Amino acid sequence: MREFLIESVYFGVLLSLAAYSFGLFLKKKLKWAVFNPTLISVGIIIAILVIFNIDYDTYYQGAHYLHYLLTPTTVCLAVPLYQQFELLKKNYVAVLAGIVSGVLTSLGSVLGMCAIFSLSHEEYITFLPKSVTTAIGMSISQEFGGYVSITVTIILITGVLGNLLAEVICRCFRIREKIAVGIAISSASHALGTAKAFEIGEIEGAMSSLSIVISGLLTVGVAGIFANFM
Amino acid sequence: MKYLKQFGVILTLSFIGEILYRIIPLPIPAGIYGIILLFLALECKVLKLDQVKDVSLFLIEIMPVLFIPSAVGLMTAWGIIKDNWLIYVTITVITTLLVMVVSGWVTQLILRLKKKGGKEDA
Repeated sequence: MREFLIESVYFGVLLSLAAYSFGLFLKKKLKWAVFNPTLISVGIIIAILVIFNIDYDTYYQGAHYLHYLLTPTTVCLAVPLYQQFELLKKNYVAVLAGIVSGVLTSLGSVLGMCAIFSLSHEEYITFLPKSVTTAIGMSISQEFGGYVSITVTIILITGVLGNLLAEVICRCFRIREKIAVGIAISSASHALGTAKAFEIGEIEGAMSSLSIVISGLLTVGVAGIFANFM
Repeated sequence: MKYLKQFGVILTLSFIGEILYRIIPLPIPAGIYGIILLFLALECKVLKLDQVKDVSLFLIEIMPVLFIPSAVGLMTAWGIIKDNWLIYVTITVITTLLVMVVSGWVTQLILRLKKKGGKEDA
């Protein structure tokens, strides 16, 4: 059985889709924000892999075909951006200010917290790109000497966290303007958050995907300076 | 053929993005170059929206599923983070919330100032 699963091309993808469908079903039935379909499916898959003693590489062997689509999908984020560009032109001062403040807050707060807990330089670098999209964050961590695998984990937790808490945070802190909601979500939690922003609304999603590009590029530039601070 | 052509366009842009990633010595992944290229192509009317729209919206819809394989990698990272996990979680939670609130507030503040102050910088 395990040999078959290792050889199977479809097992990993099918398991992911089935788990995600179950996650969607649970969310629809229970209507509670904690039942994030991505988080549920990740939990289910890890549980299944552990219970049946299947290692991650076996699963990833098939599931990496999903990962393969990530770059083309990232490219597609240009479409909602293009569709909403008029809105951006009208509000470019607010949007750019929001993104710049998000990037600086992220890098600055990581610096501050790492200093408080006196973490090592490597750990600091590992956290530095935590709010940007996984692909860029990995490159930054690698470039400046962080632990890349932990960076990926932290970026994903950040994304899931942002995805889960976005609606509550925006309500509690009275972030109500659609554009501000989109910028807030993706500045904090990149593409996983953007998935949430698209669930909330088209403008929120478009603003969010716009912010991924700009905050990613900005972080690449500024992280080089921040890397020297600790 | 419609979907094949659209997917072809998107993969071509991804490929050009890969080439740029190779040539330009910056930690910017292929997908980001791809977004910029597709956006510019649409803005400059090199491509029409209809030439990429259907496949793009499909891929964006399934985006949350595409993160699952990487996210499941959490199960292999536990050995590395177990000693400091509470500190890691604290930093992750606090910085995430801080960034969300600050960037949301700054954006909203300027939007509302502009609404009140008229259109001088519109």
